[in-house]
Amino acid sequence: MSKKRSIEEINDKIRNGKAVVLTAEQVSAMGKEMTHAEIAQKVDVVTTATFGPMCSSGAFINFGHPNPPIRMEKITLNNVPAYGGIAAVDAYIGATETAMPHDTYGGAHVIEDLIAGRDVLLQASAKGTDCYPRTEIKTLINKSSINEFIMFNPRNAYQNYNVAVNSTPKLKFTYMGTLLPVFGNANFSTSGELSPLLNDPELRTIGIGTRIILGGAIGYVAWNGTQFNTGKPLNEHGIPVGNAATLALIGDAKQMNPGFIKAAYFEKYGVSLYVGIGIPVPVLDEEMARSLSIRNSQIETNIIDYGSGNFEILGRTDYETLFSGEIVLSGKKIRTAPLSSVKVAREIAGFLKKEITEGRFLLTEPVALFPKTTGLNKLEIRQ
Amino acid sequence: MISKRFVLTFPPATTGEPITFNLIRKYNIMVNIVKADISPGKIGHLVMEMTAPAKVLKEGMAYIRQQNVDCEPIEKKIYYRKDLCIHCGACTSVCFAGALTMGRESAELSFDAEKCVVCELCLKSCPLKLFSIDID
Repeated sequence: MSKKRSIEEINDKIRNGKAVVLTAEQVSAMGKEMTHAEIAQKVDVVTTATFGPMCSSGAFINFGHPNPPIRMEKITLNNVPAYGGIAAVDAYIGATETAMPHDTYGGAHVIEDLIAGRDVLLQASAKGTDCYPRTEIKTLINKSSINEFIMFNPRNAYQNYNVAVNSTPKLKFTYMGTLLPVFGNANFSTSGELSPLLNDPELRTIGIGTRIILGGAIGYVAWNGTQFNTGKPLNEHGIPVGNAATLALIGDAKQMNPGFIKAAYFEKYGVSLYVGIGIPVPVLDEEMARSLSIRNSQIETNIIDYGSGNFEILGRTDYETLFSGEIVLSGKKIRTAPLSSVKVAREIAGFLKKEITEGRFLLTEPVALFPKTTGLNKLEIRQ
Repeated sequence: MISKRFVLTFPPATTGEPITFNLIRKYNIMVNIVKADISPGKIGHLVMEMTAPAKVLKEGMAYIRQQNVDCEPIEKKIYYRKDLCIHCGACTSVCFAGALTMGRESAELSFDAEKCVVCELCLKSCPLKLFSIDID
């Protein structure tokens, strides 16, 4: 009979300092020697984490009202445009935004600067109204001077992602990094067996309202992420092959640690943001223990041609092979390189493990589970 | 006599010329291959040390360039801000010389300056722009 435990029982153990908490890597290693039933018996919580470039990220800021007040319309932060089409002194700064198309400094850098406590130049203009008479403002802000600074990322923590190669004779610069001509390299981005949504592939425990670590501080799962797709084919280990589920995440950026939120620039692609995410997964039963024991060799993904422009699937590989530094595609050896930092993901998983073990972080029951979807709509072009 | 390291960059189409053979036979240059990464259909790289009198070395370089092969002496050094590195590994994808590698277990980046051929591809591939270059 498989052992079943509730989140409330686990939280009682956490409060009493008796919970057994391991990282997903530790449980993957354990899965080689112990049965899933034994793991379910022994372990209460498994911490998962990832630290990779996630373009669909940004933050809401409320600047506070000046005197006389302004309803800001055109807004820039360190010259990077922020969205001001919301009320008065609220704005959204998107990670990939830049002032000019080829700038290497963008919204992600503004977010990192603010989290690090640095001053940022705010400039805004408005048409002026009877209730908001001011038409111009130029001042320095920082995270102490502003009211709310809420990170809200519409699409993070992709459940699995493609391997990028380039079939063409030209060097290609992509969001998957620099791709050398004629299959000169293969880039991938994952924390593999440590990755949150690969450890709970059916999303049994991660849902709306799940408490997480975002940028080193407390955050929450706000919703399913955009392009959420549970309709991808599964491999024999129940893992979707290719990019599938995603998470929309929210958290107080004022509390975040600049070590876990890093601005990035990908050559001739643009600006992105490395986002650090840690998610605890409760070991509710033997089935959960089985999902959590997943190893890199069991997680597969597609090799996609990012050079030709039609994103053709050329083959399939697994993360153990990718992390080994070399894959074989059509008989040819190709050097591999990661874009996501396993080292920092390990730090986040270790940090969350410590927080739970020492009773500072309690698990949450999802307020609602995510829907099952069948696929994504394409954008049709019509007149 | 002087010794100098060079990076030779070959176009994807092979030249058909036995370049190193000719450098040794015709120019009497001592050639020591440090690193070779050449296969048909790909841009190839060869790192080699050439030893000869300065004048001969110049002639040898001119001969290599005549074969539509780029030949650059290594006179610069790559530096990187290790303290700010997030160990993502993006730079290792372009480092054909094998100077930048990821530790299989540690998941940490390591840089072996001895193997670096100063191709400068890491400068562009680092998402945090932590690499810089200096003339020796």
